[in-house]
Amino acid sequence: MSETFDLIPVLPELFLVLAAMALLMAGVFRKDEGFGSTTSLAIMAMVAAAVLVWAVGGDERQTTFGGMFVMDSFAVFAKLMVLVGSALTAAMSVSFLEREKLGRFEYPILILFATVGMMMMISANDFIALYLGLELQSLSLYVLAAYNRDSVRATEAGLKYFVLGSLASGMLLYGVSLVYGFSGSTSFEVLPRIFGGDHPAAPHLGFIAGLVFIIAGLAFKISAVPFHMWTPDVYEGAPTPVTSFFAVAPKIAALVLFTRVMVGPFGDLVDQWRQVITFIAILSMFVGAFAAIVQTNIKRLMAYSSIGHVGFVLVGLAAGTADGVQGVLVYLAIYLFMNVGTFAVILCMRSKGRMVEGIDDLAGLSRTHPLMALTMAALMFSMAGIPPLAGFWGKFYVFKAAVDAGLFTLAIIGVLTSVVSAFYYLRIIKIMYFDEAIEPFERVSGRAMGMVMALSTAVVLLFTFLPGPLLTSAKAAASVLFPQ
Amino acid sequence: MLYVAAIFLPLLGSIVAGLFGRFIGDRGAQVVTCLLLGISAVCGAVIFKQVAIDHNTVTIPLMTWIQSGTMDVGWALKFDTLTAVMVVVVTWVSFMVHVYSVGYMSHDPSVPRFMSYLSLFTFAMLMLVTADNLVQLFFGWEGVGVASYLLIGFWYEKPSASAAAIKAFIVNRVGDFGFALGIFGIYFLFDSVTFDAIFAAAPGKVGATVSFFGIEWDALTICCLLLFVGAMGKSAQLGLHTWLPDAMEGPTPVSALIHAATMVTAGVFMVARMSPLFEFSDTALMVVTLVGAATAFFAATVGCVQNDIKRIIAYSTCSQLGYMFFAIGVSAYQAAIFHLMTHAFFKALLFLGAGSVIHAMSDEQDIRRMGGIWKHVKVTWALMWIGSLALAGIPFFAGYYSKDTILEAAFAAHSNVGLLAYALGVGAAFLTAFYSWRLLILTFHGKPRADEHVMAHVHESPAVMILPLMVLAAGALFSGWLGYDMFVGHDQQQFWGASILNIDAHKTMENLHHIPGWVAILPTVVAVSGIVLAYILYAVAPSIPAMLARSFNGVYLFLLNKWYFDELYDYLFVKPAFKLGRGFWQGGDGALIDGVGPDGVAAATREIARKVGRLQSGFLYHYAFAMLIGVAAFVTWYMFNAR
Repeated sequence: MSETFDLIPVLPELFLVLAAMALLMAGVFRKDEGFGSTTSLAIMAMVAAAVLVWAVGGDERQTTFGGMFVMDSFAVFAKLMVLVGSALTAAMSVSFLEREKLGRFEYPILILFATVGMMMMISANDFIALYLGLELQSLSLYVLAAYNRDSVRATEAGLKYFVLGSLASGMLLYGVSLVYGFSGSTSFEVLPRIFGGDHPAAPHLGFIAGLVFIIAGLAFKISAVPFHMWTPDVYEGAPTPVTSFFAVAPKIAALVLFTRVMVGPFGDLVDQWRQVITFIAILSMFVGAFAAIVQTNIKRLMAYSSIGHVGFVLVGLAAGTADGVQGVLVYLAIYLFMNVGTFAVILCMRSKGRMVEGIDDLAGLSRTHPLMALTMAALMFSMAGIPPLAGFWGKFYVFKAAVDAGLFTLAIIGVLTSVVSAFYYLRIIKIMYFDEAIEPFERVSGRAMGMVMALSTAVVLLFTFLPGPLLTSAKAAASVLFPQ
Repeated sequence: MLYVAAIFLPLLGSIVAGLFGRFIGDRGAQVVTCLLLGISAVCGAVIFKQVAIDHNTVTIPLMTWIQSGTMDVGWALKFDTLTAVMVVVVTWVSFMVHVYSVGYMSHDPSVPRFMSYLSLFTFAMLMLVTADNLVQLFFGWEGVGVASYLLIGFWYEKPSASAAAIKAFIVNRVGDFGFALGIFGIYFLFDSVTFDAIFAAAPGKVGATVSFFGIEWDALTICCLLLFVGAMGKSAQLGLHTWLPDAMEGPTPVSALIHAATMVTAGVFMVARMSPLFEFSDTALMVVTLVGAATAFFAATVGCVQNDIKRIIAYSTCSQLGYMFFAIGVSAYQAAIFHLMTHAFFKALLFLGAGSVIHAMSDEQDIRRMGGIWKHVKVTWALMWIGSLALAGIPFFAGYYSKDTILEAAFAAHSNVGLLAYALGVGAAFLTAFYSWRLLILTFHGKPRADEHVMAHVHESPAVMILPLMVLAAGALFSGWLGYDMFVGHDQQQFWGASILNIDAHKTMENLHHIPGWVAILPTVVAVSGIVLAYILYAVAPSIPAMLARSFNGVYLFLLNKWYFDELYDYLFVKPAFKLGRGFWQGGDGALIDGVGPDGVAAATREIARKVGRLQSGFLYHYAFAMLIGVAAFVTWYMFNAR
């Protein structure tokens, strides 16, 4: 049986994979390390892939590989976010890794492979494809986490991530097999037909158990409570550029995947999965808000911060409506820029020739590096959700969707935990602006850093005035998940 | 134009002296404020001529203030005879006090501030008397209250002065609360706050009732009584009088202008202004009579035993205000305003004279440490005599005309409360004469009781202080005689025009000219006997008062402590308020709101954060365990909750 596959929808992934392999070959055969040039080429490849995504994706929904791979405007939106996130974090990494003598050409290639995996996840239209993409991404990330192999902390982080990740993958697979066992399909297009349509079947408890296991496996990837425990340790242990990469692209990809899985194949079971998602969202917001308060390491703080943000995104998902999904996408886009900008600042935290990570090290930043402090202040205000900055709108849309869906308790808890989390964001601003500098940072700004900071600050500040493009494209992307 | 200038020039002076005092200096501030007020006073005289003598009542609308639904409040200056009388009194007394202050306050470090406050007060008072609606009147009312607060506390570094200022403000707040409620009530009843509209509609509202606490009350009476509460506060009537004696902490010119001649009479003015309302409520009038008569007598008794020269005059003011109120209570508004005018002159004279004495005695205010200084300050002495003669109501001085008219009116009301007021008024007249001469004798006559150092410095005040006193003395001498026919004599109906209403049932103003002879003579007789008694007790046999004080110790202490009003209020209101405040602060705010609220939440947050942080043990198997427990919990949840 010979079937020809339409390769057009998968063109960006193909291009990226080929580019990654070519760079790998080139890197192996080169004499020098070639870190900088490889990274530049990898970024260019990602930019080209983004252009391809833009070109390939249209309003039409396209599938290939026997319906396992789907390319729709939802996927376009998500892939663009992932590519932008990966490219920006890769660009930020260069100077840091070179200073820390970690500049090796494998780094950008691993990022490229991980990115391909994420794009596969985003476009997965079948649990098998989902697992394939997820593992490709995860394996790259395990290596990246332990990238600084001479550091005990980094290897410990990598190992923890690997063991727990394997456990999560196992759960996911187990859930998928349960779902398959009770429904007879792994396709995202067949499953809705079983529980929707004119004669919806009542899901068997075993099927629900499978759903729970799938949720658990995915929740691990987005570091939602109680599957979040790896996050602080890995964020702290891994080299900072890796952490910034972890915090952005894989999070976005996994959340998008989560959304597609919940709304697509299990769309008609919203009443069932909403209970778990609500619970996970509440726990995530709670832990994200409270645990961050006692942190002294800014990377750990960012870990809890991202846990909290995931909780907020899940609020939008729990709504289970097109508005909710739109809120999720808008939130993720804003989250992308806030995190990239914040990590750009963190990457610039150097004194006495070495990287510092303490929150208190930011003291007096407003006097030594006023622009950097201003950037950080804008980002922190935005993360805390202070209007009129972008972070406020991200929260606004997900909470509004939750309220419209009748989830008042969830929205109220969200707002309250948001208040608590404002404490540690504002504390950073207080430390920067009101505390005396102990040891001023070295001037380590590269051009890439400055541009990333400027870009993210601009997005955070200007979103209020120009929300149109993001909102409309997110709306279009969300609507394809709700065909009617 | 001239009318507007009379009102707003003092405001201009206040602004110039207050904001630019630094640039124009002490002398500049004095010149500017006195000059502008002088112009204003001349305008005031012209206004009096045109409005009161020639009967050209005018209303000058300035602009709209509040327009909301049926509420329509404008800024307008209403000039009728009542206003004209007040304008001329206020501007001239204020002008005299301004000039006097140039001398009296010459050594003070913040002259521009003082002059600015004085002018501000004058402006507010003029706004009050020219208001054509209740809200504007309330504006002026509060304006004079603020100015009074600022001036009583002018020497704010003195704790007693600050306390007195706060006391005045708070006690007035009680009255103002009533006043505000009264305005609300009137708006509720009449759907307007403009005087013309209210007065036109008042006869139609007789018998209207409001339901409150399930009881039907007479609406007009309620409104009038509430307004009267406001008047009681401002005019220091019995119950709300406690701030006035303490207000003497302010500089003496302030006492003369605000706490004798003008502001404290605002209550009298307001009730007279509202005569078309009060006339229709016999109950309210009765209350006014009783309160006024009681105040007149009470304050006079207290005045007899005080030793501070300014406090004696302050109680005297309180007492005279009582006279004015019971005159109003028996529908003799004209007599009340007449007394208001004469009183303004002779009481300002007395206060400024007292200021001159204090100035001469190196800031000594206790009359027990004065005496025998008349030879050194002959002019002041003579002027104080004139003031006291006028106050005591000795024939042909100003007070004789106005006070006798009031007492005759009270008798002529032919009612029980009227007779009671007459009796109390005559008693108070006796006491007035007594304490006035006690003051005169102890201050000026007998042997000097001050030490030689002070006595050596006793000197007559400069001309800038004496000249205003002379002008006021002229008023104290002639204003009664000149004004009698116009204010309360046979020209009165023509003079007052429509500004004061007497309904036909209240013929006091006519009846007071037809009373038995002894009624008219009695006040003069008791006044003279009061003087004689004071002479005997303090000049002939000075040992008797001390003996009396010893043998009637209880009565003496009762009077000396002002009937224990302050102590009573302290016990009833101040202490419980402090206790309540402390309770709310420490218990309510500190323990409950802070403890459970900000502090409690913050502490709880930290505690939770610590515990959540501790979950992060770093052990791999803990993490894996958490994940598995999570999955197990969710699956279990569904097992028990699926459908």
